[in-house]
Amino acid sequence: MDIIEILFTASFWAAAIRIATPLILATMGELICERAGVLNLGIEGIMVVGAFAGWMAVYSGTGLWAGVAVAFIVGMAFGLLHSTLTVPFGLSQHVVGLGVTLLATSATYYAYRLALPEVTSPPKIAAFQPYEIPILSDIPFIGEALFSQTPFTYFAFLLVLAVAVVLYRTPLGLAVRAVGENPSAVAAQGLSVTAIRMGAVIVGSGFMAMGGAFLTMSAFDSFFFEMVNGRGWICIALVVFGSWRPGKALLGAILFAAFDALQIRVQQTEIGAEIPYQIFLMMPYILSILALVVMSRRAEVPAALMVPFNKGER
Amino acid sequence: MNLRKNKRVTMRLEPIENPTMLRRLGLPAAVLAATFLVASLLAMIAGANPFSVFGLIIKGAFGSKFAVLETLNRATPLIFTGLAVAVAFRAKFWNIGAEAQLYAGALVTVVLGTGLLPWPAFAILPALFVCAILAGAIVLLVPALLKTRFGVDEVVTTLLFNFIFLLFISMLLEGPLKDPMGMGWPKSARLIPEARLPRIVDGLRLHWGFALALISAGLVWIIQTRSTLGYEMRAVGLNKEAAAFAGIPVNRVLVKTALLSGGLAALAGFSEVAGLKGSLTLDLSPGFGYTGIIVAMLALLNPLGVVVAALFVAGIFVGADSMSRAADVPTYLADIMLASALLMMVLAIMLTRFRVVRG
Repeated sequence: MDIIEILFTASFWAAAIRIATPLILATMGELICERAGVLNLGIEGIMVVGAFAGWMAVYSGTGLWAGVAVAFIVGMAFGLLHSTLTVPFGLSQHVVGLGVTLLATSATYYAYRLALPEVTSPPKIAAFQPYEIPILSDIPFIGEALFSQTPFTYFAFLLVLAVAVVLYRTPLGLAVRAVGENPSAVAAQGLSVTAIRMGAVIVGSGFMAMGGAFLTMSAFDSFFFEMVNGRGWICIALVVFGSWRPGKALLGAILFAAFDALQIRVQQTEIGAEIPYQIFLMMPYILSILALVVMSRRAEVPAALMVPFNKGER
Repeated sequence: MNLRKNKRVTMRLEPIENPTMLRRLGLPAAVLAATFLVASLLAMIAGANPFSVFGLIIKGAFGSKFAVLETLNRATPLIFTGLAVAVAFRAKFWNIGAEAQLYAGALVTVVLGTGLLPWPAFAILPALFVCAILAGAIVLLVPALLKTRFGVDEVVTTLLFNFIFLLFISMLLEGPLKDPMGMGWPKSARLIPEARLPRIVDGLRLHWGFALALISAGLVWIIQTRSTLGYEMRAVGLNKEAAAFAGIPVNRVLVKTALLSGGLAALAGFSEVAGLKGSLTLDLSPGFGYTGIIVAMLALLNPLGVVVAALFVAGIFVGADSMSRAADVPTYLADIMLASALLMMVLAIMLTRFRVVRG
C-alpha cells in the first residue's frame, strides 16, 4: 500500500491515538511539574512503577479503574520523594530525577521478582477493551479513529482538557504558573511556594504513573521489563515541543504517535522490508531530538524552571 | 489545600561558614549506614535474614581471591564511566549518555581490532586506545554542539542518544559486523590476539584495563586541580554568568569538557572489549553508563574518590549476584541500595553546607 493511502485510513489514526495515549498522560504530568518550575527526570522510572503497580493490582483482584488509582497513588508517592528533595531542600533536579528513575525502576524489578518468583512469562490480565461511544462512533472515519478506543484513552483526552482549564482558568492554576515564572512574587502574596511546587510535582508524578499503567492495562495486558523503553524521555521532549502548553503538547504527542504508527506500517511494505528494522525503531528518538532542535529557540521556557527557591536568599 | 503560610511550620536553609569535621565525615557515614538499613528492610520483605544477606554480599564481593578479582574487573568500566560523569557534572554539563559513548569505544575497538589495521603488533593497542577515545568524544560532541549552538538541553539529547546508539550497534551486529562463526547470534568477530589487553599478572584474571583506569583517575585529578582547563570547568559549573563575565569562553570550555567526558566513557567500552570479552555483543554493558552517575555522585565528583566509589559499587553488584544465588533474594537489591544511596548522598552533601532552620 502507498504511504499516502495509509494516512487516509481510519485504522491508521486509531493506532496513532492508541500509541499517543501513554505519551499524552505522562506528558501532562511532566508539563504540570515544569510549569511549577520543577524538571522531573523521575518520569521514566515513575512510568515503569506505574505500569507494574496498576497491572499487579488488577492481577491481585481489583477492578481496572481501581488499578489505575493504585498506579496514580504509587506515582504520587515517588512524586513526594522527588519534590521533598528538590523543593524544600533545593537539590539538583537532574541528579534527584535520575536517582528517582533508578530507584523506581529497580524497586519495580525487585517487587516483580518477589511477587512472581518462578514465572518465565508474566501472567495476563483482562485489560481495558475498546468501547464504541454511542452516536459518535457512527461518524465516518472520525468515529473509528477517535471514538472506538478504550475508556482509558478517553480519560487521557479529558485529562488534557482538565489540565488546560485548571492551569488557565482557576486561581490554583495561576498559582502553579506563577511559581514557575516568578516565585518571589508568589511568596510576597503570602502563598507558600514550597507547597504549590510540591503539590504540582506530586500530582504530575501520579499522571506519569498512569501513562505507564496504560501500557500494561490497555495497550498490552501484561508487564515486561524494558516496556517503557525511553517513552519518559520522549515525553520530556514533547513538553518542550508543545511550548509548555497542554493543547500543543497533545497535538505533539499525536503527531509523534502518527509517525510511530507510520513507521510500523512502512516496515511491513516491500521497500520497508529491505531496510534494517533498527532504522525504524530509531525514528522516535531521532524525531524527538529534531523536535527539540527546531523548538528550543522559540520555546517560552518557564522563567524559574530548575531554579530552587529559598527564602533565606533574597 | 491551605496555601497560606501563617499556621504552618516552615523551613529554610541557612549556609554554614565552616562545616565541622564531624559534619563533613559524619553525614556520608550516616548515608552508608542508612543504605544498609534500606537493604535490611528489603531483605526482610523477601523473608531473609538481613545479617546473612550482608554476610553473603561481603563474602561474594571480597571473600576469596576469585571474588576480589571479579570485583576489580567489574569496577574497571565503572571507574571510566564514573570519571566521565564526574568531569561533566563538575562543569554542570549533564552527560547522561555515557552508555552510548561506551558502545562507541567498544565499536571502534572491534572494527579496528579484528585485523583491519595492517600495523606491527606493538602499535595496535595504542591505536585502538586513541581511536576509542576519539569515537566517544565525537559521539558526545553532537549533544554538546546542539547545546552551545541551539540551546538544546543536553540531558534529553544524551539520554535519547543511548537508545539510538544501542539500536545502531544492534543493526551492525546483525549486519556487517556479524560474526559468520557466531552460530546466528548477534555477536562480532573476536579481536586478534595483538589487540587484546594483557593480564597484569600471569594467571590472575585481571587485565591492564584496571591499571589504565587508575592512571586515568590520576590524570583527571591533575587536570581538575592543576590545569587552567580544570579551573575553567569548575568556574563554569559554579556560575556560568560569572565565568563569562570573568572572560572564560564558556561554550568552548563546555565543548572541551564534553570531549574529555566522552573519551573517558569510551575507554570503558575499549577496556571491556579488549581486556575482558574479546568481542562485542549487545549486553556488553549492563548499564555501566547509568551506574557511572551513582559512582560519580558517591565520590562527590572527586576523580580519586571515583576509584573508591567504583570499588564499593562493584563490590555490591558482584556480592549481590552471588548472594542472590545462595539466598532467595532478587539481585535487584543491589540496584535499590545504590539508587537510595545516591539520593541520600546528594542530600548529605547539601546538609554539610547548609543547616535547616525554622521560619
